[in-house]
Amino acid sequence: MSAILVIEQLLNGLQSGIMLFLMAAGLTLVFGVMGLINLAHGSLYMVGAFAAAAASAATGSFFLGLVAALIGAAAAGAIIELTVLRRLYARDHLDQVLATFALILIFSEGTRWVFGSFPLFLDIPDLLSGPVTLPGGIQYPLYRLTLILIGLAVAAGLFWLIARTRVGIRIRAGENDREMIAALGVDIDRLYTFVFALGAALAGLAGALVGAIQSVQVGMGEPVLILAFVVIVIGGIGSIKGALIGALLVGLTDTLGSIFLPQLFRLFMDPAAASQIGASLASMAIYVLMAAVLIWKPTGLFGAKA
Amino acid sequence: MKFKSLALSCAIAALAAPAMAEVKVGMITTLSGGGAGLGIDVRDGFMLAIEQSGRDDIEVVIEDDQRKPDVAVQLADKMVQSEKVDVLTGIIWSNLAMAVVPSVTAQGKFYLSPNAGPSQLAGRGCHQNYFNVAWQNDNLHEGAGAHANAKGYSKTFILAPNYPAGKDALTGYKRFYEGDLTGELYTKLGQTDYAAEIAQIRASGADSVFFFLPGGMGISFLKQFADSGIDLPVVGPAFSFDQGILQAVGDAALGVANTSQWSKDLDNPANAAFVASFEQEYGRLPSLYASQGFDTANLLISAIDKADVSDADGFREALRAAEFDSTRGEFKFGPNHHPIQNIYVREVIREGDVLTNKVLGAALEARGDAYAADCKM
Amino acid sequence: MTRESYVNLACLAGLILIPLWAHVSDEPFTITLATRAVILALAALGLNIALGIGGLVSFGHAVFFGIGGYAMGILAHHAQNYTPIAEWPFLIEGTKSMPIIWLLATVVSGIVAFLIGLLSLRTTGVYFIMITLAFGQMLFFFSISWAEYGGEDGLAIYVRNGFPGLNTLVPLQFYGLCLAILLLALAFQWRLAKSPFGLALNAARQVPNRVKAVGLNPFKLQLVAFTISGMITGLAGALFADLNRFVSPTMFSWQLSGEFIVFIIIGGTARLFGPVIGAALFVIIEHVLGGISDYWHIWFGFLLLGIVLFGKGGVIGLLAGGAKAHD
Repeated sequence: MSAILVIEQLLNGLQSGIMLFLMAAGLTLVFGVMGLINLAHGSLYMVGAFAAAAASAATGSFFLGLVAALIGAAAAGAIIELTVLRRLYARDHLDQVLATFALILIFSEGTRWVFGSFPLFLDIPDLLSGPVTLPGGIQYPLYRLTLILIGLAVAAGLFWLIARTRVGIRIRAGENDREMIAALGVDIDRLYTFVFALGAALAGLAGALVGAIQSVQVGMGEPVLILAFVVIVIGGIGSIKGALIGALLVGLTDTLGSIFLPQLFRLFMDPAAASQIGASLASMAIYVLMAAVLIWKPTGLFGAKA
Repeated sequence: MKFKSLALSCAIAALAAPAMAEVKVGMITTLSGGGAGLGIDVRDGFMLAIEQSGRDDIEVVIEDDQRKPDVAVQLADKMVQSEKVDVLTGIIWSNLAMAVVPSVTAQGKFYLSPNAGPSQLAGRGCHQNYFNVAWQNDNLHEGAGAHANAKGYSKTFILAPNYPAGKDALTGYKRFYEGDLTGELYTKLGQTDYAAEIAQIRASGADSVFFFLPGGMGISFLKQFADSGIDLPVVGPAFSFDQGILQAVGDAALGVANTSQWSKDLDNPANAAFVASFEQEYGRLPSLYASQGFDTANLLISAIDKADVSDADGFREALRAAEFDSTRGEFKFGPNHHPIQNIYVREVIREGDVLTNKVLGAALEARGDAYAADCKM
Repeated sequence: MTRESYVNLACLAGLILIPLWAHVSDEPFTITLATRAVILALAALGLNIALGIGGLVSFGHAVFFGIGGYAMGILAHHAQNYTPIAEWPFLIEGTKSMPIIWLLATVVSGIVAFLIGLLSLRTTGVYFIMITLAFGQMLFFFSISWAEYGGEDGLAIYVRNGFPGLNTLVPLQFYGLCLAILLLALAFQWRLAKSPFGLALNAARQVPNRVKAVGLNPFKLQLVAFTISGMITGLAGALFADLNRFVSPTMFSWQLSGEFIVFIIIGGTARLFGPVIGAALFVIIEHVLGGISDYWHIWFGFLLLGIVLFGKGGVIGLLAGGAKAHD
């Protein structure tokens, strides 16, 4: 195993982690501010991907597709926040899980109703296609590098928004004491809708960006949703920093596990059996990681004390 | 009640001809959720053939299994216990077939498989009432292995998901492939990102790649592979290149060789008529799943013409004779009731706006399967 | 009698009369559906001990359902192929006898529930929901790649396992067996809720500090509840596998864990008959809506939303009023 391959795999882990962060950031914000478990977050990811595919098929422009993904997912998020979710903030987690589970059903089959049962086409723009050569002679797809950069930029933007802006102050205040900031004259309903739409837009953006190199199909959001939950639980719910670190940990564990575990078993087993056992363990690796983190720190790496 | 009971028989006609034996067919297939496209194609192909036959003595009951084995089992119970069907068909996925087929054939019903062909049901677990009209699961992969030999590939990298059908796929490929393997990978079922695998392919020094990644997994892999800039020939079974998903893969699929028992440009009259009428009826090009559904229905009709379904032995012989015009041209059953047929190599081409396949030639001729010898019927 | 008691009695009458009616009018499939409802109710009832009384929202109860299923699948698989399960350290043979299968299913589920509980109960709230989900996913992926027992294809058993004195192949007899187990479990849960243990567990959910103050250990109470809960769901898994004569990794899927929660909430959290009514309604809705439209999940989704938003207390809450809501 050459150093180049290892570096390339680290980049792959970084890229999948940073896309997970876009998903997890919205989830953790919504939980931190409103105390809501939103299982339908994966549906917003799917809405983003479908909006991007439809818009770029109609206009021929991937970038217009991205805009459509942001708008479509934010709008879908705002609509469900206004009609359904705001009735659930005061309820216990059980009701929230059930209601958002119902939303998954409605979104998935609704999308299939509108777009049909076959996957849609969404391709990366010519500008970003093909590999580039990095220092050291590593061939790496330009699009994936772009994803890493976009993800880092969004992360920086979020940290800035939370730490330095008036909205950010209100969000942090809302996490700590909802009644107090309402008493101070902040329109808490509007703040909640804004936070939810922001989280939805990030999920939609991730769906569109990732959809271009994957398959835009019904149900694409659910595996990502589970991973995003793993991320925010590892990082500590409500913490954007935790979500970033959790996402990178999960991305790297998943990618590196699927490569190195089979290699490890190949040292003392025949290759076919080694790749099967290695692959089995690799598919469980992130859940083992999550269980281990929670056993060590029951509220995640950066979570507030329960 | 849209699909509850799609009785094609006209009530008056049925009353007028009471002597005609009614045949009741139960179709359990996937019509909702992520894998619905395949089930819809099988159903549409099947119903097209029934409709074209103009018969009023066949009643088809269609139910959605949601791709869940326990739901499929429950529906099979319903078909057998309440609907009292004579023949079952429709299941897409091997794991659902394994859950349903042994129990319904043991209860004396006929099962005609329009898609799944797990090795257990072809070998030791074969049954006289089970007929596979599609392929044994290994067949298309065997064709891919033979194609690799013909092309002179000697350093192939192979990958498939880590589940039984994935292992069967790689086994099938290796059964015919004579060169060396530069890598053999099992990926996670449902995986969507193949960057790590593609990096290993790049580093392996392979001269070709064989993959079996059905559904969305294949779309993701092909798009990412095309973007990686690795310039190696790719071979795969037709599942990742069927008419339904090809448009979603896009130009990344152009020129890729894939193996199939059917193609829309196979030159025989039955196929030409099928493709034209399917497109006219449903406004889209047929996929291989649609062709399999169509063939299944025509096989059934050919048997009904020759024997009464209540005469199980006679009906079985009529099915075994397989005297119908298959969209694949030559078609007959082997000793274990699985097809003996040609496996073709196709290439993905662009026809106007749509991507589709063009037959290059036969990879394997009159191929049966590797398990027939284990079948004691 | 409270109104809830009348609802429960009506439900009980339905459980007995509908299958009898189906038997008389030769509708064996209705009995199959009723059996499915009863078994799913048993699984959800198991969860309800942890969730309803103990307040432990487990999003991974399909783990135990799957373990129960595989206990049946593995034992019966070896019995039907005449291969031993293990030859070392001593010979272990498969079996087609339901009581032995049930024993193994409950014991293994109990051990696994104890271990998962030991680790998971260190966390609370959402973290608990998610760590149980993580264990569910681990077993799901493990079972998919466990080639020896069929992997994703699962294991098909050709003939339903036997119970002494009964012909389990007759739908009504198998139904009766499942119903008897469900009734025993209901009686057990009713006694449990009234017992000192049940009261302490309920208190540990509401005011853990006071429970500590009287010298009880909430962690131990919850661990016992979680273990019992897993055992009952495991037993349901073994029955479910026998109903279908088939096990597969989908029995471990997180969607199924979600459905168990759905049953409880539809019926009414912490209500004795909540899981029964929830599971029965689910099976009926699935059967009726599935026949009407390809897109029935949409309507099911709207129905669920309606129940959560407007039907506090579930169906029993609607019928019987909020006499005994869960806090």
